[in-house]
Amino acid sequence: MALGSKRDTSKRDFKIVGTRPLRPDGIDKVTGRARYGADMSAPGMLVGLVLRSPHAHARIKSIDTSRAEALTGVHAVVTRADFGDVEDAATADTLDNCMAGAKALYDGHAVAAVAAASDAVAKQALKLIEVEYEPLPHVTDVDEAMAPGAPVLHEGRTDETVPQGMSANVISRCQFGHGDIEAGLAKADRVLKRTYRTEATHQGYIEPHACLASMGPDGQADLWCCTQGHYMVRNTCAAILGLEQGKLRVTASEIGGGFGGKTTVFLEPVALMLSKKAGRPVKMVMTRSEVLRATGPTASSSIDVRIGMTKDGRITAGFAELRYQGGAYPGSPVNMGAMSAFAPYDLENVRTIGWDVVTNRPRQAAYRAPGAPIAAFAVESAIDELAKGFGLDPLEVRLKNAAREGTRASYGPTYRAIGLEATLRTAKDHPHWTAPLGPNQGRGVACGFWFNFGGDTCVSLNITPDGTVTLTEGNPDIGGSRASMSMMAAEELGIPYDKVRTVIADTGSLGQNEVTDGSRVTFAVGLATIEAARAAKREMCRRAAKVWGIDEEAVVWEDGAAKPSGPNAGEFPPMTLEEIAAIASNTGGPIAGHFEVNAEGAGVSFATHMVDTEVDPETGAVRVLRYTVFQDAGKAVHPDYVEGQFQGGAAQGIGWALNEEYIYGEDGTLQNPGFLDYRIPVASDLPMIDTVILEIPNPGHPYGVRGVGETSIVPPLAAVANSVSDASGVRLTDLPLSPPKVLAAIQSR
Amino acid sequence: MVQVRLWGSLASAIGDQTEVEIEAGTLGELLEGLAERYPALRPQLDRGVSVAIDGLLYNDSWFTPIKEDSEVVLLARLEGG
Repeated sequence: MALGSKRDTSKRDFKIVGTRPLRPDGIDKVTGRARYGADMSAPGMLVGLVLRSPHAHARIKSIDTSRAEALTGVHAVVTRADFGDVEDAATADTLDNCMAGAKALYDGHAVAAVAAASDAVAKQALKLIEVEYEPLPHVTDVDEAMAPGAPVLHEGRTDETVPQGMSANVISRCQFGHGDIEAGLAKADRVLKRTYRTEATHQGYIEPHACLASMGPDGQADLWCCTQGHYMVRNTCAAILGLEQGKLRVTASEIGGGFGGKTTVFLEPVALMLSKKAGRPVKMVMTRSEVLRATGPTASSSIDVRIGMTKDGRITAGFAELRYQGGAYPGSPVNMGAMSAFAPYDLENVRTIGWDVVTNRPRQAAYRAPGAPIAAFAVESAIDELAKGFGLDPLEVRLKNAAREGTRASYGPTYRAIGLEATLRTAKDHPHWTAPLGPNQGRGVACGFWFNFGGDTCVSLNITPDGTVTLTEGNPDIGGSRASMSMMAAEELGIPYDKVRTVIADTGSLGQNEVTDGSRVTFAVGLATIEAARAAKREMCRRAAKVWGIDEEAVVWEDGAAKPSGPNAGEFPPMTLEEIAAIASNTGGPIAGHFEVNAEGAGVSFATHMVDTEVDPETGAVRVLRYTVFQDAGKAVHPDYVEGQFQGGAAQGIGWALNEEYIYGEDGTLQNPGFLDYRIPVASDLPMIDTVILEIPNPGHPYGVRGVGETSIVPPLAAVANSVSDASGVRLTDLPLSPPKVLAAIQSR
Repeated sequence: MVQVRLWGSLASAIGDQTEVEIEAGTLGELLEGLAERYPALRPQLDRGVSVAIDGLLYNDSWFTPIKEDSEVVLLARLEGG
């Protein structure tokens, strides 16, 4: 099979969808014309900077801003005292994370901010702010935070699911599954019991958070920012600042990566408050150190797994207890980890228990398939170890236990058509699986699952007088959505791709749109785009019918033109979109289609990853030699972008597995807040990542689209760990697999 | 009547009932009926749930139809990245 191959199992004969046209934003991005968050400016603009806590946990006894306010060039200083109370608990947490209240809860927590005429003045002003802290005991490890007597971050946040007597740091408990675990384990020829650990990793987007806020004396405000969802920014900032949502217009810049980390706000409410106080626009741009100390990352975890397997490879029971810390506020993605842990398998007896725990770390933010890669690392490692222990082919074991259409998922529902088995069979047939390995080299495989979502979506499709088409949507283009939307509009209208331009509107131009997350955009915005195009086609057929003097039911749309159809329609030459557009003013006015929907019915997706690694037995360093992704895309609208999502997920997962981790010192401060010490993989660290796209159509979408952006990061942690374990001859259960850890494991063999 | 499957934590809140029956023709009626008949579920329902109906995921669309023989499964609220 060729590199970057695509196996088409869909039925419909597409003309544009499935091709690989040039991306519409490519020239802007390689020439520097594209405008990112920090590229925005406004007349009279001030520089905003944040003062951050040097303590992991401290009571804020007082903040004296008088000397900073007196400094020439300083126009505003804000602290938590400038913000009112927020009723909703999650939004109140967001405000507290943007600007600390009674306590600083982690190293880097914002405690004050200034707006000044220059960066130098703003930095000087920060030094003049006097904060009196009372340092408190801290805890950054999930297991230590759960222990009785651990330093407590919040009192009274534990919900009704947590048994009495546990630490107040334990926020909630969840449980999923069915069957009888102990009875299932009793049927096994071997029961494997292991504990796995993963460290927190950052989403690692290249573009730091940045925004420009301008609030007028009349209470109307504009905000330009780098975000995955400007409607979310509008709604959250309005709630925090007590504004009406319609008074705040938010425009999304281009985005230099998000991966879930830009699905909340950090600077934006602060910039708006500074602008309100200063009466001037205020621009704020984070440094890399601020990004690492105070945004993202994902959760860290410890997970106990018990899996029973017969000697022929059938899993008789699967159990996992997952403990995730999500930083200083409730909301780690443990529930999704617990739901997805065993989702690839058809199990009679399965149970997962999840614990959401707070610690003195930055508030976790979503990271591609939140919670799922961590859970998959534990379960897929255990299945691999059991299979190898019985001398079984790990792909065959997964095939034997694979979930299929009709399987009751470990998290409850019965699957419709799904593609896991197809990914496994394709992997087994791929030449990678049988390629020879050299000394100190190993091969690993793992499977992964993600739900995918839809949500509120609103698009407008406008036919211009010259017959070109403008599609307006409300989701920042992170993974190529402008190209994909243009393709789906062109496909539906029957016109060339280059006749459609897709633009991202500000919050004043369309109704509510959910954040670009949950792998939702190609599914949900695509669905709305298709329906908007269909609405425009109906109107164009109606216009043609009026011109021809026939019933509109006697007109059909084919190949970009209205045509008479049926025995009594009459003989008229087709009227093209361009011809209908040219006379739109004469036939009733401008022509547009729009569609608004809460797009439910997203289809789940699965992937299988295969990776070869080589371990240096003298240093413990790991080199990734070969990597292949097999994933079900439903329908790949633009295969280049789909492959890019597959490759990006794999690359980030490799970093999570091998190098990346938040390292805290004894004092609870982050020791590696920079890309020199927080090591993400770069191009020279990785081989070309091969991809195989499978297409098992999602029945919930007109073209069969499933989300693809998140599933690809679910298997690599386990696939890499299985590969390194194979290469080194010792099972590795703690991520990252950094050289000292691998070397120590080799030496302990 | 619609059979609704609950996840473990919800089942624990109502005496380990993993399945309950609710008179409902839509998603909105289902959620309202659950909260009325099983007040112990209300805290989680207020925090938010997702619902799988015949294998597809739904969050907020009150008027999503549910057939009597539909498979309905309550899930923890799903969020993406």
